[in-house]
Amino acid sequence: MGRQLLLDKVNVAGINTYDVYRKEGGYRSVEKALKKMTPEEVLEEVKTSGLRGRGGAGFPTGMKWSFIAKPEGVPRFLLCNADESEPGTFKDRYLMEKIPHLLVEGMVTSSYALGANQGYIYIRGEYMYVLRILEKAIAEAYQNGWLGKNILGSGYDFDLAVTCGAGAYICGEETALIESLEGERGNPRIKPPFPAVKGLWQNPTVVNNVETIAAVVPIINDGGAEYAKIGIGRSTGTKLISASGNINKPGVFEIEMNITVEEFIYSDQYCGGIKNGKKLKACVPGGSSVPILPHYLVCKTAAGQDRLMSYESLADGGFATGSMLGSGGFVVYDEDQCIVRNTWNFTRFYHHESCGQCSPCREGTGWMEKVLHRLEYGHGKMEDIDLLWDIQRKIEGNTICPLGDAAAWPVAAAIRHFREEFEWHVNEPVRCLEKNYGLVAEKVFEPVTA
Amino acid sequence: MPLVTIDGKQIEVPEGTTILNAARMIGGDVVPPAMCYYSSLKGSGGKCRTCLVEVSKGSEKDPRPMPKLVASCSTTVMDGMEVKNKTSDRTLDARKGVVEFLLINHPLDCPICDQAGECDLQNLAFEHGMEHSRYEFERREFDKIDIGEYIKLHMTRCILCYRCVYTADQLTEKREHGIIKRGDQSEISTYIQNALDNDFIGNVIDVCPVGALTDKTFRFKSRVWYTKPMDAHRNCSKCSGNAVVWMIGNDIARVTARKDQYGEVKEFICNECRFEKKEMSDWTIEGPRHINRHSVISANKYETPIPEHTTLLNKA
Repeated sequence: MGRQLLLDKVNVAGINTYDVYRKEGGYRSVEKALKKMTPEEVLEEVKTSGLRGRGGAGFPTGMKWSFIAKPEGVPRFLLCNADESEPGTFKDRYLMEKIPHLLVEGMVTSSYALGANQGYIYIRGEYMYVLRILEKAIAEAYQNGWLGKNILGSGYDFDLAVTCGAGAYICGEETALIESLEGERGNPRIKPPFPAVKGLWQNPTVVNNVETIAAVVPIINDGGAEYAKIGIGRSTGTKLISASGNINKPGVFEIEMNITVEEFIYSDQYCGGIKNGKKLKACVPGGSSVPILPHYLVCKTAAGQDRLMSYESLADGGFATGSMLGSGGFVVYDEDQCIVRNTWNFTRFYHHESCGQCSPCREGTGWMEKVLHRLEYGHGKMEDIDLLWDIQRKIEGNTICPLGDAAAWPVAAAIRHFREEFEWHVNEPVRCLEKNYGLVAEKVFEPVTA
Repeated sequence: MPLVTIDGKQIEVPEGTTILNAARMIGGDVVPPAMCYYSSLKGSGGKCRTCLVEVSKGSEKDPRPMPKLVASCSTTVMDGMEVKNKTSDRTLDARKGVVEFLLINHPLDCPICDQAGECDLQNLAFEHGMEHSRYEFERREFDKIDIGEYIKLHMTRCILCYRCVYTADQLTEKREHGIIKRGDQSEISTYIQNALDNDFIGNVIDVCPVGALTDKTFRFKSRVWYTKPMDAHRNCSKCSGNAVVWMIGNDIARVTARKDQYGEVKEFICNECRFEKKEMSDWTIEGPRHINRHSVISANKYETPIPEHTTLLNKA
């Protein structure tokens, strides 16, 4: 097991309570930041660390923070995006459920760097029980003087509240989250202006993922340079991966971003190999939005190099032969899984979750879902595959927010890599309901590590 | 003042102008179509994606092209920006896609729709659409509902441009209706079947680009091209009283506000003028309304000489 910065204390009994968390070294980063550092120094540490947004896009956090507008007399806000709804992703829930104080601590430290005096944690409606856990943690933090007026006598005030959404995936998009927080319908805003200039109630706002904010804690404790030593290249630090699918040990793992995908899937420390001794068929490495990888591209890149669990390596080869690290929702498919059905399932999700504001996404996702449903249930036509390709092409990049892209990419990748399987569904309409297409035998990946 | 080039035509525009408005200043066929943008409504635009254009040069300072197509109604121009509308295949391809998306759940009931002949979607589909549909599934349907005494909402035809929502929000005193549900089940609705009731709510009919909101005093009375549009005015205590009366013989079939060449109303009129004043004695007729020669509404009607033509002749 590599170094763990976020989940190292997760198994300590009672870590969800303030006393144990404090005894285990909690809130040190707040002490350090507020007593010894200026906000600029905190920002500089985060920049040095090379921390990238853990919500999916991987945008450098330090840079995002430095974009925040600082006009006089205008309040700034730090929002924590805990609306984790990407199918296949459940790392934030685990973190908040087990170590709620880590998030609270991260919020105080981060908002100090931004000069924000009010923060909100926007949590999805389905996580109501996590909301209770967080509320308890926030109350404890208030009691012990880590939140509120004049924290640690530094003159810095910070108030934190947790508020819940109603379970819409789209509210995880930062501007839709802001709209929802304002009490409006959760429709994404047209950018620019970006939230860093005009966000919550038209004030400068930073929206960060739960894991990003939690990662600020070890960065301040140990220093940004120390954090940057972990990982590889521009993928610094550790990443929480929510592993699910046909693997022996599904769950949340904290990895250093320099281990290979092969090690991650097959090593007993992590996923523990494919369940029931089956073979790997495909893998979605970063949540449902990212392109699916066929078995022969999961562990090796197109150039034949080992694929690493890092932003760059997973994206190697672009969308033609690569994918994205995304939010770290790692879904593994064994040889018995049907890619058409999986694609239909994902598209059904995006159809259901489209906000309906802009036409390509509103109409296109529903259309794709219907066509995929027809293919999966053996009523498809050969032209449907090209039709799907054309629909996704006309959605991608033409929508207000990235949900359109997220709906288009899985369909594009499935057709790109598994076209034979789609054709088989058209040619063998009865058999496709009884049995799976299986693997393309000559390219099957044989793991060495196992 | 930023200098912008659209389809090879240059214009200097004030700071903060959007690409769409810059194109409208140039005029002619460089103007991208717009289904949801409405210049007088704050917050409108960006939703329908028909006005997508390619920005082949970002600005003089940063000449990199923009990677994605941008919505011209909500993107402001930069100095030295080069925009491709009709000259870009990417734009035309995307626009064709958008038209197809807008039409897949549209009932295509133009033969029985009151908006036919003055419908933005019809024009858009005529110019950018395909001649056949690739959509082979059941279309979305809603029940028709009466929202208020004079207005019928036929949600099945709606393209969710949000114009009526902004109109009701901004033109009238209180928020009266909005969007319920989400995705392709989204629906324009009043608060639990409340009626829309205030003096200016009739304008939602004029801002509707399709036949989703229609005038109940005119529904199924006549095809729009059988009526004769006349500019008219009356003394009204609530609005400017400047309107267009649409006549059949010597009877007034309906009253609308005056729309400009982009289908936008500049002077909104009140409900009284629109719905209740249907007698010739109520109005002072100013003369025939100029309707674009290419519009079906102008079919078989006498027209004043067309200015574009004369200028063309003069140039030649």
